[in-house]
Amino acid sequence: MINFDNVSMRYEGGREALSQVSFELQRSEMAFLTGHSGAGKSTLLKLIIVMERASQGQLIVDGQNLNRLKAGRIPQLRRNIGVVFQNHQLLFDRTVFDNVALPLVISGYHPREAGRRVRAALAKVGLQGKEKQYPIALSGGEQQRVGIARAVVNKPPILLADEPTGNLDPELSREIMDLFQQFNHVGVTVLIASHDLFLIELMGHRVLKLNHGRLETSRSDET
Amino acid sequence: MMKSGASESRTRTRKGHRDSGASQSVTRRRDLLQSWAGNHRAVAVDSLSRLMTNFTSSLMTWMVIGIAVAMPTWMYVLLNNAGAVSQDWDGHPRVIVYLKSDVSFGKAVELSEQLLNLQEVIGAEYISPSDALEEFKTLSGFGEVVDSLEENPLPGAIMINPASDDVAEVENLVQKLKKYPPVESISVDLQWLQRLHSILQLARRSILVVSVVLALAVALIIGNTIRLAIESRRSEIEVVKLVGGTDAFVRRPFLYTGFWFGLGGGLVAWLLVEASLMWVSAPVAELAGLYNSDFTLLGLGAKVGVLLFIISAGLGLTGAWLAVNRHLNVIQPN
Repeated sequence: MINFDNVSMRYEGGREALSQVSFELQRSEMAFLTGHSGAGKSTLLKLIIVMERASQGQLIVDGQNLNRLKAGRIPQLRRNIGVVFQNHQLLFDRTVFDNVALPLVISGYHPREAGRRVRAALAKVGLQGKEKQYPIALSGGEQQRVGIARAVVNKPPILLADEPTGNLDPELSREIMDLFQQFNHVGVTVLIASHDLFLIELMGHRVLKLNHGRLETSRSDET
Repeated sequence: MMKSGASESRTRTRKGHRDSGASQSVTRRRDLLQSWAGNHRAVAVDSLSRLMTNFTSSLMTWMVIGIAVAMPTWMYVLLNNAGAVSQDWDGHPRVIVYLKSDVSFGKAVELSEQLLNLQEVIGAEYISPSDALEEFKTLSGFGEVVDSLEENPLPGAIMINPASDDVAEVENLVQKLKKYPPVESISVDLQWLQRLHSILQLARRSILVVSVVLALAVALIIGNTIRLAIESRRSEIEVVKLVGGTDAFVRRPFLYTGFWFGLGGGLVAWLLVEASLMWVSAPVAELAGLYNSDFTLLGLGAKVGVLLFIISAGLGLTGAWLAVNRHLNVIQPN
């Protein structure tokens, strides 16, 4: 589903964020991406949704070679990849409902169908009844779950998360991770960047460890 | 955004499934078309209501655009009327021969017939001093003053229509007429008519220049306003791009905003021009009456009015398009 082949990424100004990274994530697989701050976790996720382009190597996502992906095709690619951001990336002048509905509006869903899906997604993350509230009125954990609802509302085959539990207490973090696991159980390919080693250990999935832009281990100890 | 209110049909439950059969893909296509139209409607309404929310600042922009559009429109109306006025003189020169005061009625009529027999003259009409006074009394509104005069100060005159419009030939005719002893002086309206025509020609070109400059100004004003709107919705644009919004989707609300600015500016311009026309129409009618003319002020008319709105809205769209193309691509999610 996601295939990195010798991918390097050098930012303008010379810093190499990723060096010769190779790994493959199968369809319906779940994995954690870990490493110290600045190891290249975010950069790796950005490459998958073409917020950045690789300087070298080949990157294939959902059968598409991203090196050759034209700018006009990027929106279509992103619609198939749900992303949960550490800083949520919510729109604070819109209700929870409108935030979650955004990917559906963009894809041209009928309002009635969109409404049904938004309510389903909000129920899934435990935020039913909060659709008319504004994100500012929600706690950090709730905001994160609005972000998750938005990432999964159009049922993308791939789900990425960048430090989704960064600011949450251990119990909430566990709940969020369980949520990701549930999506994985229904066939979604999940890749989570996190430095919460304890939680990663607890979840027991494959771990990709980055160290100064290089992939150290690609451990697959899933039973 | 969700309340687009597109008409609903029951066949639309499979939407979003990419692995669909032929009939479903037709449904899907119709769905997409409908939701595309629905999105346009929703965005149009949303961008207008955003302008209404900040009514005061929107009104300022509308006024600026309106005044800028009204200026060339005023000039156009003025010119149009000036053209209409000069049309009343049907473009033919007229020579007025004023007679000496001691010329008797009989002699004057005789002279007028004599002149009519000239090859260069196709019309000659004698206006006696008393006829002239009568006309002056009714048209000038100085009736009482005239009545108080002891004698008629006006000379007799012969109005002559020359056979030719050519300046040189009319000039020859004038020289010829001067030689008749009863003739006191001669006035030709040819020259100022020609001057008027060339002035109108010049004015038409000036309007074109002024219009182009002001159109550019309107496009830039709207462009700058849109740039600010883009800046204030930066985070929204980033998020929309992140979750797969196409450039067209991101562009749409700003283009509609520009369209509304242009259309509103057009409305302001139209109101300004129509109101000022109403304001001056009574004095113009009075003035026309003084010149013995039934001339009435020409307004914008439906055709030019519609054109005004189309041009104004078009300028709005153009300005927005320029701003969007310049500034939207720079905003990328980070």
